[in-house]
Amino acid sequence: MISFSGVSKSYPGGFEALRGVSFSIAAGEFVCLSGHSGAGKSTLIKLVAALELPTRGTVLVNGQNTAALRPRSAPYYRRNFGVVFQDHKLLFDRNVLENVLLPLRIAGVEAKEAAKRARAALDKVGLLTKEKAFPVTLSGGEQQRLAIARAVVHRPPVLLADEPTGSLDAAYSDAILDIFRAFHQVGMTIIMATHDESIPRGGPVRVLRLRQGTLMS
Amino acid sequence: MKSWISHHRHSLAESLRRLGGAPLANLFNVLVIGVALSFPLGLYLGLSNLQALSARFSGDPELGIFLAADADKADASQLEARLKAHPAVARARFVPKGEALEDLKRATGLADLVETLGRNPLPDGFVVLPKQRDPRELAGLGREIAGWPKVAHVQLDSEWAGKLDAILRLGQGLVLLLAGLLGFALVAITFNTIRLQVLTRREEIQVSKLIGATNAFIRRPFLYFGTLQGLAGGGIGLLLLYAGPLFLNRSVAELARLYASDFRLLLLSIPDGLAVLGFSAALGWLGAWLSMARHLREIDPR
Ligand SMILES: Nc1ncnc2c1ncn2[C@@H]1O[C@H](COP(=O)(O)OP(=O)(O)OP(=O)(O)O)[C@@H](O)[C@H]1O
Ligand SMILES: [Mg+2]
Repeated sequence: MISFSGVSKSYPGGFEALRGVSFSIAAGEFVCLSGHSGAGKSTLIKLVAALELPTRGTVLVNGQNTAALRPRSAPYYRRNFGVVFQDHKLLFDRNVLENVLLPLRIAGVEAKEAAKRARAALDKVGLLTKEKAFPVTLSGGEQQRLAIARAVVHRPPVLLADEPTGSLDAAYSDAILDIFRAFHQVGMTIIMATHDESIPRGGPVRVLRLRQGTLMS
Repeated sequence: MKSWISHHRHSLAESLRRLGGAPLANLFNVLVIGVALSFPLGLYLGLSNLQALSARFSGDPELGIFLAADADKADASQLEARLKAHPAVARARFVPKGEALEDLKRATGLADLVETLGRNPLPDGFVVLPKQRDPRELAGLGREIAGWPKVAHVQLDSEWAGKLDAILRLGQGLVLLLAGLLGFALVAITFNTIRLQVLTRREEIQVSKLIGATNAFIRRPFLYFGTLQGLAGGGIGLLLLYAGPLFLNRSVAELARLYASDFRLLLLSIPDGLAVLGFSAALGWLGAWLSMARHLREIDPR
């Protein structure tokens, strides 16, 4: 479903974040992307969602070469993914519910149905009681859970989570992992970036290790 | 379809919320647009009133033709035939000098004074009713006839109407110019408001793009905003325009009563008013569209 072949990514300024990365992920896999800080995890995730383009090599998703995406179809391509950004990218002038509603509005879901689905997603991450709160008033962990709710609310086939448990304590990390496992059970493909020490134990998890932009295993 | 309507309703609500979000700044913008629009509109209305006034007072234009003092009966009948054959002349009536003198006595009440002259100082003449009312063609006809033999003088009784007409034409040009300039100003004001909004909503636009929003989706609330702002400005302009004549009409009515006339100031017609609203809304939309076209490209995920 997702396949990288010989993918390198240099940022303007010449820094090479990824070097000749090749792998492929089948639909329905739960993949953990691990590596030290600066290893290129976020870069890889952005390449999958076509938020960045490879400098060399090709990224193929469902047969679509991301470099060949036309500007008109890029938005529709991106709706296949739920992305938990490392910096969350929440809207701070919108309340919790409105943040979660955004992907549904973008997808054109009718208002009533959208509100229902948004509340269901908030319920899953334990934020239903905070729907009227503004993100600044949330703790770091709550913001992270809000970001997860927003990423999955439109039920994307692929979830890309960039260190979704980074600022959570062990109990909440486990809770989030349980949520991810539940999504995985219903067929969602998941790529989750983490630091080495927080690779989840147990479960059907495949690990991809990045070291300084190259894939180790 | 349902979701499309839902989205448009949401965009409209969103832009209304933005209008209400910074009421003072937006009110100021709308006022500026309204006042700017009321200038050409007011001028246009003033011109319409002048035109109505001039049509009222000029009546049917006539040419007075005075023959030379040495012209005799034969010259007069020759001239009459020539006038009646002229394609631009509807009617020509011979006015012998006797009749002209009687007219003068009656019109001025100076019968006694005229009697003392002893002899008739007036020449024979014609009153010509032309087919065309257009002041410029009238003046041309007058010049042509003035060049004929035995014609001493041609009097254009609507000369002042012609001058007024020329002034009105100039005024119409001025209205167009002003409307063009201020229409451009409206577009520029909207362009700038939208630019500021895009700046303050940069995050939101960026995030929306990252998670798959199309440009049309992002543009829509801004386009609604520009259109609403233009519409509101147009509304204020119309309000100023209706309030002005209502205020003036009282003194105009007073003046008209003094001159035993029932003249009243014309107000902008309903279709004209609607056209103004449509026009200002369209310009607001255009300003917003241009602004979005310019600034959306700067905010791209890659
Ligand atoms: N937009 C950018 N411009 C220039 N360099 C960048 C950019 N984004 C990332 N880099 C560089 O690319 C390298 C890999 O970055 P990346 O964000 O992919 O690492 P990461 O594995 O996600 O690290 P972390 O665990 O700290 O989030 C880093 O050295 C970083 O400095
Ligand atoms: Mg990262």
